[in-house]
Amino acid sequence: MNRFKPFLIALVAGLLPFAPLFLNTYQVDVLNSIGLYALLALSLNLILGEAGLFNMGHAAFYAMGAYTAAILNTRYQIPILWTLPLSGLAAGLFALAVARPVVHLRGDYLLIVTIGVGEIVRIALVNDVFGITGGANGIFGISRPRLFGWVIRRPEEFFYLIWGFVALTIFLFLRLKQSRFGRALNYLREDEVAAEGSGINTDYYKLAAFGLGAAWAGMAGTLFAAKMTIISPESFSFWESVVLFMIVILGGAGSIPGVLLAAFLVVGLPELFREFASARMLVFGLVMMVMMVVRPQGLLPARGQRFSLATLMRETVR
Amino acid sequence: MEEFLQQLTNGLAVGGIYALIALGYTMVYGVLKLINFAHGDLFTYGAYLGLTLLTSLALTDRVGFAVGVLVLVLMVMGLVAILGAILERAAYRPLRESPRLSAVVSALGASIFLQNTLMLVYGAQIQVYPDGILPAATLDFFGLYVPLMRVLIVLASVAMMVALYLFIQKTRIGTAIRAAAIDQGAARLMGIDVNRVILLVFLLGPALGGAAGLMVGLYYGQVNFTMGWVYGMKAFTAAILGGIGNIPGAMVGGLLLGVIEALGAAYISIAWKDAIAFCVLILILIVRPTGLLGERVADKI
Repeated sequence: MNRFKPFLIALVAGLLPFAPLFLNTYQVDVLNSIGLYALLALSLNLILGEAGLFNMGHAAFYAMGAYTAAILNTRYQIPILWTLPLSGLAAGLFALAVARPVVHLRGDYLLIVTIGVGEIVRIALVNDVFGITGGANGIFGISRPRLFGWVIRRPEEFFYLIWGFVALTIFLFLRLKQSRFGRALNYLREDEVAAEGSGINTDYYKLAAFGLGAAWAGMAGTLFAAKMTIISPESFSFWESVVLFMIVILGGAGSIPGVLLAAFLVVGLPELFREFASARMLVFGLVMMVMMVVRPQGLLPARGQRFSLATLMRETVR
Repeated sequence: MEEFLQQLTNGLAVGGIYALIALGYTMVYGVLKLINFAHGDLFTYGAYLGLTLLTSLALTDRVGFAVGVLVLVLMVMGLVAILGAILERAAYRPLRESPRLSAVVSALGASIFLQNTLMLVYGAQIQVYPDGILPAATLDFFGLYVPLMRVLIVLASVAMMVALYLFIQKTRIGTAIRAAAIDQGAARLMGIDVNRVILLVFLLGPALGGAAGLMVGLYYGQVNFTMGWVYGMKAFTAAILGGIGNIPGAMVGGLLLGVIEALGAAYISIAWKDAIAFCVLILILIVRPTGLLGERVADKI
């Protein structure tokens, strides 16, 4: 199986760009949702998977990005794709501000705090904080994205925008994983005390992971706002955070192929069994319980990175 | 002043309910160092089972409301305790030796599973408790009119808390629970069957949580299948506020949180009511993570 894995991945990656040619609009739309969730789960993977920080308030950062984009777009007529870096920045800064005082908390305490932050953000949005979030109705009339004079409107067009961004994310995050930064995060996850003993500034790296993951979620939020043209607080509920958490854990924390596979399964599979839609969460809950007993490392667990001697020499010299 | 005292008594009633749920979190955390995320849903089961038993058995019509409600409380406590024990067996015991994350994820899975089972059985709509189970009387405390229900909830929750406290402090089994909470290995060497202690904790906590669920049903008159997670989070906040793992702490934290929330909702903003508890949670974790009465810390946080 392991021998065929690279071929399998290459096959899927090679076929995916042609998917809109063979699928109907609805199916392409499902693929777009999968792409958005994959993007969010990859950003959460940086925090939860690579650095081992239990974050169950990821929807708050997602919301932060979506609302920043929507407000800038509807109030100041800034083209939606131009807001991408700004909403990433807003979500990232927000995450840094929130995480700064609590980042030293251990495992499940951090989990609870992030749940609390997610809820506070959602309640703030519902209560129309600062009079700019539109309350429970949210914000509507977000303009369509425009790329090189081409207005992106149909799901088939969004498919390339979203999955293009996913591809870029995969490339960047793979590079990040293999960098000094990525290794420091993994060290932190495996043994915080040893990492600190080896001279890794744990608070700095934890905050960096939070900030970067949140910034990416914020940009995913922009894409979401552009795709839906309407956003409201209910899109950023606690259950979104739970689903994202579940995607990362089921796929295999720290494993990019695992997270992508899990995004397909968790978001795509329920679409195939629509008649059982109400039992969807029930099955998820059961799967989570069974998985932890049978295969706690996830479907495609991350394997330790192998480095050739030459690479290591180069790194040490540098 | 009248408004303030009304809110205070309301806060105490809600706080008593939080405290009862918080006891379940704190006992499980004390022994297993695990946040039982499904505890809030066991509380919801208490509310739903109470409603079903109330309407199907019509106990209050047959034996009068005092005996009827008492029997109802005992039945709900028993049933939810059994559910708690099953939960422990199915979701937590297989993971006793696993990393903490596995247990946390399993707990979340159990929570989602329990909640959605309830939704599939009863439907997603709000369930309404029948009127007039308890006489809608009000008591007169020197000119302050307090609903009877409110007084009964405060009294019942305090009585249960005192009973639990005495049980933990004065009996041999209670001593075994405390010993297992301090050091499982040493407790085992002293001949304590730690597995039975854990099972007992998973009977006691959910029993109290189930009773709290029934109280919420009787107090507010309506329940829904997702309420467990809000109440659960608030009760967990209460447990942290008092110092997690600490039984008197959970009681104090629960009552305090109930009062803070009621006063906050009355004097700050009702729309931000749910956010108040979460702000308290974050503040306490930043300022004093051991909680008000907590002492053992060092490696914990």
